[in-house]
Amino acid sequence: MIDIRAVTKVYGVGEATVHALRGVDLTILPGEYVAVVGASGSGKSTLMNVLGCLDVPTSGRYLLEGLDVAGMDEHALALVRNRRIGFVFQSFNLIPRTTALANVELPMAYAKVPRRERRERAMAALELVGMANRSHHAPQQLSGGQQQRVAIARSLVMAPSLILADEPTGNLDSASTGEVLAVLDALQRAGRTIVVITHEEHVVRHAQRQVLLRDGRILADEAVFAA
Amino acid sequence: MTISEILRSALHGLSANRLRSALTILGILIGVGAVILLVAVGNGSSVAVQKRLENLGTNTLTVSSNGGGLFRAGGGSSQTTAQSLTLAIAQALASKDSAPDVASVSPVQSTSATIAYGTTSESVTVTGTVPSYLASGNWTVSSGRAFTTSEVNAHRRVALLGATTASDLFATASPVGKTASLGGVRFTVIGVLGKKDSNGPEDSNSVVIAPLSTVRDALAGYGALSSITVQAASKDVVTAAQNEVTTILDQALGVTDSTQATYRVMNASQLLATVTSTSQTFTVLLGAVAAISLLVGGIGVTNIMLVSVTERTREIGIRKALGAQRATILAQFLAEATILSLIGGALGVAAGVVGANFTIYGTKPVVVPASILLAFGVSAAIGLFFGSMPANRAARLLPVEALRYQ
Repeated sequence: MIDIRAVTKVYGVGEATVHALRGVDLTILPGEYVAVVGASGSGKSTLMNVLGCLDVPTSGRYLLEGLDVAGMDEHALALVRNRRIGFVFQSFNLIPRTTALANVELPMAYAKVPRRERRERAMAALELVGMANRSHHAPQQLSGGQQQRVAIARSLVMAPSLILADEPTGNLDSASTGEVLAVLDALQRAGRTIVVITHEEHVVRHAQRQVLLRDGRILADEAVFAA
Repeated sequence: MTISEILRSALHGLSANRLRSALTILGILIGVGAVILLVAVGNGSSVAVQKRLENLGTNTLTVSSNGGGLFRAGGGSSQTTAQSLTLAIAQALASKDSAPDVASVSPVQSTSATIAYGTTSESVTVTGTVPSYLASGNWTVSSGRAFTTSEVNAHRRVALLGATTASDLFATASPVGKTASLGGVRFTVIGVLGKKDSNGPEDSNSVVIAPLSTVRDALAGYGALSSITVQAASKDVVTAAQNEVTTILDQALGVTDSTQATYRVMNASQLLATVTSTSQTFTVLLGAVAAISLLVGGIGVTNIMLVSVTERTREIGIRKALGAQRATILAQFLAEATILSLIGGALGVAAGVVGANFTIYGTKPVVVPASILLAFGVSAAIGLFFGSMPANRAARLLPVEALRYQ
């Protein structure tokens, strides 16, 4: 599924050079639920950007479903993000003043899915996260937990190979956190591959495996035992 | 995304900031409206001047003596007499042999006199001439009849009144057949002239036209003629006729050096050409000023789109993360800019056309259809041109950096 080898990422030049990733090897199998943990500055956000094809690694190889992503141009990367990766962000990142339904339809609009099919799939995805009855609400009319569930619906509507969640519960109260984690658990049971980046212990407990990053390197990669 | 979706998304983006969009549209509206209206004003004044000159008759030449003293301060009186325009010269100009392109020659003796009827009186310009003058000066007779050549030869005391003079003296009654006193001499009114547009501050319709012989007898005396109106056979031979007239006059008046000529020939179509080119310059100048305001409006579009791109950096980042291509983002922002400027352009065209219905500083604007197309086309181009910079900036944003933007 995901196979990265000796990936490095360097920002800046000269004395201001920052080595965000210093050679990361990671393999994630289909259907796995992996938590990437680490202190701030450990490189986990950079890893997330590289995994999500939002950023290209300075060196190393990245195979996503056997596809070499590292050498791709902007156009091809946009296609990969559209078809193979679903994003869930800490700050939800729904398009403002746009209904939940239109937000969920957006990736399909970019993929040129016919309008009718788009509507059906978007409604199905909202149904899955329990937000079908709020489909015509704008983000500002929804609570944080509800927004995040719409964002999850948006991330899975293109049936991506990978769902990448960056601190998905970071801005949520405990009740909403519970709802969102339950949705992710359900997705995992349905066979989705999920990578969640977090620093919260109770989020990690939902995953099967945790990868600990420090100073741009993987410090530990171990199974998580459910409590 | 289909084109209709891009347009809908652009309208959605614009409606999020209604006031800002409206003000930007206003900038374009003013620019386009100004171009259309100011060009219409320039064109209107040029049309008005052309109309006035055409009233003079575009195939006529007016020969007048070169002001006794105005240009030739030292000119003696004997010389002036010798070189002034006479009936004999007028007859020479009418010669079919030496002036084949001349259709008619009308000697003119004008003076001013007081016309009185009953208790009303007013001062008018009295033009003594021959019947052909009416045709060459584009005069029509609205009631009654014109005088004839035999009446000129018989020194009949008959007169034609201008429209203003007729209504001033006779109000609504018909003046035809009435007897009025002109400079103390009794004339019979035989007709009223059709109304003519004025050639300037003076009222062209405050005139009396009478036979040349009668005017000389009763009012002006037998001095030099005021001018000679020459009508060319057609519009195309005006220049040829002018050359013939000049040759005959040079001979008759003994002029050897054309810079020393004691007469001048005014060619209405030459004057028309000069005035037309002057007013075209005027129109271009007005259009240029208006174009600057259109440019300023266009810069307004750039400005607002830059603000919009900056404000929506994060949104652009989200869209890119969801798989939007660079071209899609570019199209969305270009569509927004173009919609702004097209709406502004359409409203500006409406404002310009409506505004052109009002008389501005005494000028009735005449809309130039090409200016509408041009202004509207330019406003669309402005959307594309001035929108492309901000749209490009949006499209080039890296998803990582756009998402990081707060």
